[in-house]
Amino acid sequence: MFEQTDPNQIQLTEEGELKHFITTEGLSRELLTEILDTADSFVDMSAKQVKKVPLLRGKTVVNLFFEASTRTLSTFELAAKRLSADVLNLNISTSSTSKGETLKDTLMTLHAMHSDMFVVRHSSSGAAHFIAEHVTPDVAVINAGDGRHAHPTQAMLDMLTIRQAKGDFAPLTVAIVGDILHSRVARSQIHALRTLGVNEIRVIAPNTLLPRNIETLGVKVFTNMQEGIKDVDVVMMLRLQKERMNTALLPSESEFYKLYGLTMDKLRLAKPDAVVMHPGPINRGVEIASSVADGDRSLILDQVTNGIAVRMAVMSMSMSGQMKSRGNEL
Amino acid sequence: MTSNTLNAEALLGKMQQELSSLITSGTKPDPLMIGIRTGGVWLAEKLHEELNLNSPLGVLDISFHRDDFDQSGLNPKVQPSKLPCTTEGRHIILVDDVIMSGRTIRAAMNELFDFGRPASVTLVTLLDLQQRELPIQADIIGGTLAIGSNEIVKLTGPEPLALEIRNRSEG
Repeated sequence: MFEQTDPNQIQLTEEGELKHFITTEGLSRELLTEILDTADSFVDMSAKQVKKVPLLRGKTVVNLFFEASTRTLSTFELAAKRLSADVLNLNISTSSTSKGETLKDTLMTLHAMHSDMFVVRHSSSGAAHFIAEHVTPDVAVINAGDGRHAHPTQAMLDMLTIRQAKGDFAPLTVAIVGDILHSRVARSQIHALRTLGVNEIRVIAPNTLLPRNIETLGVKVFTNMQEGIKDVDVVMMLRLQKERMNTALLPSESEFYKLYGLTMDKLRLAKPDAVVMHPGPINRGVEIASSVADGDRSLILDQVTNGIAVRMAVMSMSMSGQMKSRGNEL
Repeated sequence: MTSNTLNAEALLGKMQQELSSLITSGTKPDPLMIGIRTGGVWLAEKLHEELNLNSPLGVLDISFHRDDFDQSGLNPKVQPSKLPCTTEGRHIILVDDVIMSGRTIRAAMNELFDFGRPASVTLVTLLDLQQRELPIQADIIGGTLAIGSNEIVKLTGPEPLALEIRNRSEG
């Protein structure tokens, strides 16, 4: 863990606009809605022959990935390219001992390359925050997932997908199911859902995969899937993060599937028009049955499409905030 | 035109007449009318109805193509452009409320061309404030007006349409 100051002191300008995007925690409903509205404009861009806008023309975006990821990296790359930025993908393997020092050195090197934006993925919580604190002013930092802390663009693409499917957040009951303990996605989702004002948030997981004091985030906890999924509007599945499990938290994958895997039988307990989401990559037959993942209630592929639009939105908004605060200083 | 309010309806009438003769001349068959958000859309809605055009009205949002992103950032109220059909090979009538520097129209043409290659683009504006910074001219205008460097002209609407000269600081 890195030392933390209030993230909103770092990610917002004095006027309350985004200049980095580190976490959904503490952001206002107005700002989250502005991200969704801006993303909506980018979703509609698919109707154009030229699926590209010049907002980040002449800017250099560096995808700084200290942790492997195919889907997030490729959608960030595509988002930056559709904004007309020049994109550099750097996969940097982490040395577990001297992260702080290594990071600073890396940043100095990238600073010398005149980058305008870093998209950061790191296995340590707080990495993006740390980088945002130490980059030269007017470089925007976007968090593409840091340890168990946050994955804010994933949460916002989920919010966009829910809004498209359901229209209004207020009447919804949303269940988040699976490996809550290791999930930065779940944390960012809970903060965003609360701010956007859903009626009820439930988390469903075995005790061993629930963080302590999760109730303090304003969620209802269920260890029984059948009870938890009853009458919900949205089911958000999480991936079982095998690579993050150091101890025996689960008896077996098949046992997990039996109790917490989303099958058609369990989905029938939710509302008849309930939708199913999953951040991917899917472990078929571990968290979710193929019949559900490929079924007509699944929004999994919409999530991927929306991911590009949401990333375009936060990238252009953060760069916009940077340019404005730079202008104020001149 | 020295008073603080200008007769928008009269200017619109003149625009409509010229546009009507252009369309009946047959040089721009089956034109596709597109308004630039927000004032241009209000005008285009009226013109579209009065001229009884076949193709539905299109709406253009230029926020993504503005050239002042580095100074002003992204317009938080950006909405997608909505074109009812393809622009490929069509005669476009582009409608805006005011032309001044020409930068809005430059941005609008970039946005427009992202949808395809039109056969022609005719620019129609209610008011020409001159002070051009780019080599762009309107084909049809309602009227011209010289304003001071600290003044701007604002179209309010959609009902009723009115033009107001305001101090720059008032927005």
